[in-house]
Amino acid sequence: MTFIKKTLASSIAVAAATSLMATTAQAEISDDAVRIGYLADMSGTYRDLAGPGGLEALEMAIEDFGGSVNGAPIEVFSADDRNSADVGANTVRGWIDQDNVDLVAGMVASSVTIAVTKVLEDNDKLGIVSGSAASSITNEHCTPNHIHWVYDTYPLANGTAKAVVEQGGDSWFMLTADYAFGHALEGDVEKVVTDNGGTIVDRIRHPFPTEDFSSYILQAQGSGAKIVGLANAGADTVNAINTASQFGLVQSGQQLAGLLVFLNDVYAMGLEATQGLLLTTGWYWNMDEASREWAERYYERVGRMPTMVQAGIYSSAMHYLKAVEATGSDDAQTVRSHMMEQPIEDFFARNGRIREDGRMVHDMYLAEVKAPADATHEWDLYEIKATIPAEEAYRPLAESKCQLVNN
Amino acid sequence: MTMIFGVPLAVFMGQLMLGLINGAFYALLSLGLAVIFGLLKIVNFAHGAMYMLGAFATLLGMQYLGVSYWAALLLAPLVVGALGMVIERLLLRRIGHLDHLYGLLLTFGLALIFEGSLVNFFGVSGARYPTPEALQGGLQLGFMFLPTYRAWVLVAALVVCLGTWYVIERTRLGAYLRAGTENPALMQAFGVNVPQLITLTYGFGVALAAFAGVLAAPLYPVSPTMGSNLLIIVFAVVVIGGMGSILGAILTGLGMGLVEGLTKVYYPEAANTVIFLVMILVLMLRPAGLFGKEA
Repeated sequence: MTFIKKTLASSIAVAAATSLMATTAQAEISDDAVRIGYLADMSGTYRDLAGPGGLEALEMAIEDFGGSVNGAPIEVFSADDRNSADVGANTVRGWIDQDNVDLVAGMVASSVTIAVTKVLEDNDKLGIVSGSAASSITNEHCTPNHIHWVYDTYPLANGTAKAVVEQGGDSWFMLTADYAFGHALEGDVEKVVTDNGGTIVDRIRHPFPTEDFSSYILQAQGSGAKIVGLANAGADTVNAINTASQFGLVQSGQQLAGLLVFLNDVYAMGLEATQGLLLTTGWYWNMDEASREWAERYYERVGRMPTMVQAGIYSSAMHYLKAVEATGSDDAQTVRSHMMEQPIEDFFARNGRIREDGRMVHDMYLAEVKAPADATHEWDLYEIKATIPAEEAYRPLAESKCQLVNN
Repeated sequence: MTMIFGVPLAVFMGQLMLGLINGAFYALLSLGLAVIFGLLKIVNFAHGAMYMLGAFATLLGMQYLGVSYWAALLLAPLVVGALGMVIERLLLRRIGHLDHLYGLLLTFGLALIFEGSLVNFFGVSGARYPTPEALQGGLQLGFMFLPTYRAWVLVAALVVCLGTWYVIERTRLGAYLRAGTENPALMQAFGVNVPQLITLTYGFGVALAAFAGVLAAPLYPVSPTMGSNLLIIVFAVVVIGGMGSILGAILTGLGMGLVEGLTKVYYPEAANTVIFLVMILVLMLRPAGLFGKEA
């Protein structure tokens, strides 16, 4: 009898202990570690805007945070998605199933991001998108499991195109990359141009990728438009701008408007070819004291100045880790709602907040590329011309098609 | 204004000119491939990488050794050509008796190694090489503004192409070369060092690619991936011209440049695919290529 009583008592105790553990586990960090997977193009076209430099920024954030949250160590995984949606989605599935990854960071090509965020939603894990451009990521493709941090196509069109039309550039020739991202950007730009009283003279959709732009530049020169708008990215933009410079497009009175241009693109092309180019950026390393200080620390480690994407990776990782620390949990929904409650003010984001569609809105900047004579050293590339306030820069929630927004 | 199929004459002429320039480029690259395939039966998938190395040699030569563009025109092909000869001696020769497929895999692997290691050091954004001073500015042709550098590319590429064709088809050295690949044993019996001839030929084909790389350096950003995009087009050109036909490679290169140039005016969306459409048509109607000898 005593034997049965003892067994009974101990099994109740064990059951109680396990259930207690189960309940506390929800408010605690799962399996005593915070695991972050960094997914990006590490070797292809988009390598230099995020890539290994973005991983370095993530590791900087973790070191600055102290390497652990509430005693739980922070572990980093990284993988090359090779700009393939399949590779990206499968990698993330593996991270979740085998490695218990809590957060996926980085994410560049929009197609990869849309595939990965579906996986995150199915498994209720969190993702912070820093590299992608498509505004649909927090519009028709929004999920309760991801946040879009640095920029998207809406402010790119809204910032650059509007400023250019206001400065008198009211007739446009569009040179568009012939795939989903280019079409979306082209559509956004044409709307902004016509809404502000400008006209679209003509448009060419070029194959992606294109090496030789001379034919298109010649056609743009023949069109008589004041502005040649480049709705493309990466190597295509670089090639188009280089070719325009060789054919004297700017000298003959036309102006280029680059709609998605990263710091590494301008650096690669040099100021001679890019001077006077207007662009919209989410951040610039030399925009104020706080930015400069962080950028110089980054430069020490990497040997290049950071792009807005690399800075955004650091900023978003910090915001995430603070939320994990404050809530004592790495559960996706707990952390996400805490992140949404906290305003974001750091070296990267001004007037930042996360909206219910997952869009992190923050001040954006209209920049102009400097003339070679005005640059004091090799990374002195932009002059910030205007600030676009956070609440005006991004697509208003009233126009949102996101399921999380009540419209 | 005179119109040609809805396009002003001036624009049309301008596009033909640009097509011709790109065509000269294709001709130069496919010529090297055709020489290597026609004489050595090696399907050289490292050709794009050699073109890229030519451009990098130019860029790094200027940055670290102060080598001028004009010196690079000579030095870069020599350096890269020497690398090609080392590859032939140490690697390709060992698999010479095996099926073509092995050579293809080996050269493809080499291309990946060259590209990958350079990506590791230089990233993918590429660097800009300044246009040499003597070739800056442009010519006003009436129907278009032609940058002087592009005019130079056209002239330089055509001269090298025709020179190569002349040497291989019309000189004694070219005759040895053709005979040596046709019947190596007999040539060796006549006292000609055939293995050395083969090494030199591979080196020369590679040097042609590197020469194209030097010409490309001021036009396009110098980046480790610049060769891989071009390689497939150049292979298509060689297939259309007839594998191994020297004159075929040159004429097809120029022709495909023109076809592509016109596509960019009338239907730009198809500009990257039109060459492959032509290739399919040619393979269906004349499987040996436009200038190839029927097997």
